[in-house]
Amino acid sequence: MSVANGIGAPVISSTSEMVSAARAELRRRRILVNALRVLVLVVIIGGWELATRIGWVDPFFWGQPSRIWSQIWTWIREGTAEGPLLTQILVTLEEAVLGFLIGVALGVVFGVILGRNRFLADVFGPYIKAANSIPRVVLGSIFAIGFGFLGIQSKVALAVVLVFFIVFFNAFQGVREVDRNLLANARILGANQWRITTAVILPSALTWIIASLHTSFSFALVGAVVGEFLGSVEGLGEMIKVAQANFNANGVFATMAILAVVALTAETIITWLENRLIRWRPNATGEGTLSL
Amino acid sequence: MVSMMESAQDARRAPRLSSSPTIELRGVTKQFRTPSGGVYTALRDLSLSIQPGEFVAVVGPTGSGKSTTLGLIAGLERATGGEVFVMGQPVQGVNPRVGFVFQTDAVFPWKSVLGNVTSGPQFRGVRSQEAQRRARDWIARVGLAGFEDRYPHQLSGGMRKRVALAQTLINEPQILLMDEPFSALDVQTRILMGNELLNLWSSTSASVVFVTHDLEEAIALADRVIVLTAGPATVKGSYPIDLPRPRNVTEIRFDPRFVELYHTIWEDLRSEVMISYERAKQQGDGQS
Repeated sequence: MSVANGIGAPVISSTSEMVSAARAELRRRRILVNALRVLVLVVIIGGWELATRIGWVDPFFWGQPSRIWSQIWTWIREGTAEGPLLTQILVTLEEAVLGFLIGVALGVVFGVILGRNRFLADVFGPYIKAANSIPRVVLGSIFAIGFGFLGIQSKVALAVVLVFFIVFFNAFQGVREVDRNLLANARILGANQWRITTAVILPSALTWIIASLHTSFSFALVGAVVGEFLGSVEGLGEMIKVAQANFNANGVFATMAILAVVALTAETIITWLENRLIRWRPNATGEGTLSL
Repeated sequence: MVSMMESAQDARRAPRLSSSPTIELRGVTKQFRTPSGGVYTALRDLSLSIQPGEFVAVVGPTGSGKSTTLGLIAGLERATGGEVFVMGQPVQGVNPRVGFVFQTDAVFPWKSVLGNVTSGPQFRGVRSQEAQRRARDWIARVGLAGFEDRYPHQLSGGMRKRVALAQTLINEPQILLMDEPFSALDVQTRILMGNELLNLWSSTSASVVFVTHDLEEAIALADRVIVLTAGPATVKGSYPIDLPRPRNVTEIRFDPRFVELYHTIWEDLRSEVMISYERAKQQGDGQS
């Protein structure tokens, strides 16, 4: 708001000074935070390296950062025992992504159906809660027996089961939380049950569903890796298993680092997707409110 | 802007002939189950009828079942006893000729202004292009041209109400139900929206039932003000408002006839407000 009298000008100039001072302060703070972040990394990795070099910690059992790095480098140049590194990453990624997509689709569909139908929710509720409380990773063994050790089916199935429950509960809750006024408005505007589901319930629950995607992709990765652990001939989980069998601690850590990179990349993609899909949501940096 | 509005209101229809009522409630009772298992009676033996093209304001103390009455007419809820007729037919579910403007924001936050206004026709199977053409027209009529691509959170409360009006009016309802539509707005905006509403209404032939707790607003807008008793609600009085149209909501409250009407209706309303107030106080005492 501009001031239209004599004291207007000095007020504005001092405001702009305040703004630039605040910006400088913000910049200083950002530099400090980034510098400290690097420092934390250096202390942890450097401390680990140092502790193994001077013999406080045995690098044979607990690994050593420099050897982990050279292990990754070797895999990149010469490939792994199972084949080229990229192939291993792609195998695990394929299982995780397939499991993720199927799990999300099933979770959303069942979440919306049970969220909209109180009768079905009452019937299935106890079983879903019971199934959620058991450690589902154990199902990996069943899938390995049922679908065979070699194919990707058993790994995908495990990832699906892990992802399903997270997405299901979020979708279910999201549907239950839909504003009753919005539902009444849609009914009066002329929406039938199907249009209410697609035009009101789904967009409204989308905030909840998308929030669950962040956690569920890492669970899909866990499903794929554990599935490979339980029986396979390729993939990152198989590499961990081989490294463990050979007492190659550096190999285990190296695979972990690769998995972390994969997970972080997926997280970035999901965040991008989130920002695209829920553009309508008010955010702090968006344009201000317009007056009448 | 005011003069434009008044000329539009001048072009209003000829005096209405009272034929069969658009809305008729006969001895309606509505009871709810309370969470503790008891029964709460919101409406008891409520009868009223509204003529075609009539603008009726319903006032009553807080919790007097004003919103419940609208819910019954809209077909969102069913009466426990008595009969509700809309255009001569008993109400069974949502009627496509009824429009409803809610007290709280009920526009879809994930849709742009254009998307929101287009919703009604699209739900009703109008082709997308045709729906958009009509939506742009209505957006302009409520004064939001240029804001088609904004999302509701980017608009002020008054602008969101304009979106809600356009969203409802695009369906060309013959009955417009409004549940304290402007109560969340500041006083100045509320008066402006009142003028806007009269202006929009004058170009339609819709009957309006306008629920409010603000007696000034009720008299300024309506052809008739109905006073409800403290719950369980029934009709206490019905007052024809003989103020000339077109009206300017900003000015009309200084009209001597307005003041006179206000005094008369307030005498009737005050006792009900006091009953409701005493009850609320007793409940508060009982809880503490």
